[in-house]
Amino acid sequence: MSIGSNLERVLKSGAFAVTSECGPPRGADPEVIRKKGAYLKGHVDAVNVTDNQTSVVRMSSFSSSLILKEMGFDPVMQMVCRDRNRIAIQSDILGAAALGIKNILCLSGDHQTFGDHPTAKNVFDIDSMQLIQCVRQMTEEGKFLSGEEIEGRPDLFVGCAENPFADPFEIRAMRLAKKVKAGAQFVQTQSVFHIEKFEKWMEMVRDLGVHEKVYILAGITPMKSIGMARYMKNSVPGMDVPDELIERMKETPKEKQAEEGIKICVETIERVRKMKGVAGVHIMAIEWESKVPEIVEAAGLYPRP
Amino acid sequence: MIVANRKPFEEIIEMLKPYTRILLLGCNECVTVCATGGTKEVAVLASEIRLFRQKEGRPVEIKEFTLERNCDPEYVDALKPFINDYDVVMSMACGCGIQFVGEHYRNKIVLPAVNTTFDGVTEKHGVWTERCQGCGDCVLDKTLGVCPVTRCAKSIFNGPCGGSRDGKCEIDKETPCAWQLIVDRYKEMDMLYKYLEIQPVKDWSTSRDGGPRKRMREDLTI
Amino acid sequence: MRLSYPTNVKIMKVPCTGRVDIIHILKAFESGADGVYLAGCLEGDCHYLVGNMRAKKRVEYVKQILDECGIGGNRVAMYTMSAAEGQRFAEVAHEMTEKIREIGPNPAKLQGSRGQANITRTLEPLRCVKE
Repeated sequence: MSIGSNLERVLKSGAFAVTSECGPPRGADPEVIRKKGAYLKGHVDAVNVTDNQTSVVRMSSFSSSLILKEMGFDPVMQMVCRDRNRIAIQSDILGAAALGIKNILCLSGDHQTFGDHPTAKNVFDIDSMQLIQCVRQMTEEGKFLSGEEIEGRPDLFVGCAENPFADPFEIRAMRLAKKVKAGAQFVQTQSVFHIEKFEKWMEMVRDLGVHEKVYILAGITPMKSIGMARYMKNSVPGMDVPDELIERMKETPKEKQAEEGIKICVETIERVRKMKGVAGVHIMAIEWESKVPEIVEAAGLYPRP
Repeated sequence: MIVANRKPFEEIIEMLKPYTRILLLGCNECVTVCATGGTKEVAVLASEIRLFRQKEGRPVEIKEFTLERNCDPEYVDALKPFINDYDVVMSMACGCGIQFVGEHYRNKIVLPAVNTTFDGVTEKHGVWTERCQGCGDCVLDKTLGVCPVTRCAKSIFNGPCGGSRDGKCEIDKETPCAWQLIVDRYKEMDMLYKYLEIQPVKDWSTSRDGGPRKRMREDLTI
Repeated sequence: MRLSYPTNVKIMKVPCTGRVDIIHILKAFESGADGVYLAGCLEGDCHYLVGNMRAKKRVEYVKQILDECGIGGNRVAMYTMSAAEGQRFAEVAHEMTEKIREIGPNPAKLQGSRGQANITRTLEPLRCVKE
């Protein structure tokens, strides 16, 4: 057996963790992944690999994770419930564990109406909560969902996502508590733009004592331009971009907007880092992976443990 | 009730192309209530077909007929005296009725004039919405009367997902988020504690996934 | 007032335009009308509260149907006027007749054998329903 999850090691050591994300290409060229990976090298503790994000067909999360693993990364294989039933899910989990993937992130998945195949049939045999339970049952009890014994138990560090900015707000901390009860060991949140709302959510999370049972990584997304800020605000489900941020980007001259976006992003990291219960950040630089080292360094999070 | 939607006229007229004597069938049950395939809608479609074919110079003869029910043998029998006078049957009943009439008159082709869409309710006059998918294992006790299987676009049992915004679903701003409705019910009934229960993995074998379903009451089968 | 209006307009009286169903209008076309218009009360003045509003929506629906089957939705119209507006009644009759004349005869009638005189009907008699 190889060594365990690097992400788990960093989080358990008490260090402030940094993860990032790598969106697989819409084609079979592994170089795209390798190129994105090269930007991140040495600056992150683990790399999430998205699973057909926004329901657009891409190279599978599983194989892209393997490519990154070969490069020496600790991939976090994302898995959505939209495209697989419990048979395929458990099978992929066994396969991923067999090939040395150490982290899995359990998600429901965006509805297919957003993607490039809106006429597809969706699966949703189980939901993200049940997927967490499923993986934990496989790793802890060595049993399939059916209750049958697994020969050769998979070893995975199990994560989930939570959106503190979705509605109804009042149950969002409770929902994380449910996911932790289901067995989630770490959580990566939706991108934080609305810091006050995030702080309020963290307060509710702390009131439930959940922050002591799960590692919370705040989602961070740098904005390239005012156009992207507006797109995030209006078109991405579950995003909460406050008007002040839009204004700030709008007032910045076009050629300086990218720089301002990075600045906002670093400020956000500094603020969430001070919040009790936040164990790290998850930097989602969408098609802008090249900027991650700069962000990590500017936030004073380099070198990595 | 079963809610259906009339097919686009182009599709209907294309299906009817080879035929000149048409039996246009309606149903007095669900499709009447949802104003898709009752006597009135049969009359309107018949008129529309006649006008079109008249314009094309290929007039048709249409018999308009509405069965009390298309899904019970005793009512379907009512077609016997005249069904053979027509080249084809076009039905405005739901998918059940279309199939059942076909099963009873095997020498006839029964064409669908409607798309059967869902089991639902009349939310208000002229507006119908879906409520049940017949999953075969009702959970409305747990969710206080809001079905997550039907009303959540992802059928999730432990929602709401991250796409719930202002009480609406991520798929569009018109669709209510089922889990917002469920949480609202928990609050109304002062039972928010129920939200903390994790709903276990569902047994879908009672649903369509288990294959075509059948129900029998022995005492009635003689 | 002795106002004149085109003789090809045939008037069908109903208690309220709300009584006019989609099928009545379609039947008028089937029996050879080149155009059909509804003359209802002014909006907000319906004795039955919303009869004229219902008629307006039904006319919109019939337009779609007539477009679908190639007869042309522009052959139907809804007008509103008060009972005291004889002048407007005559104007509308002229306007509609002119419009239909421009569009030409009902194509279903041209092809078929059921053709009748060039008639613009305001409403179709209810007996048509029970044909």
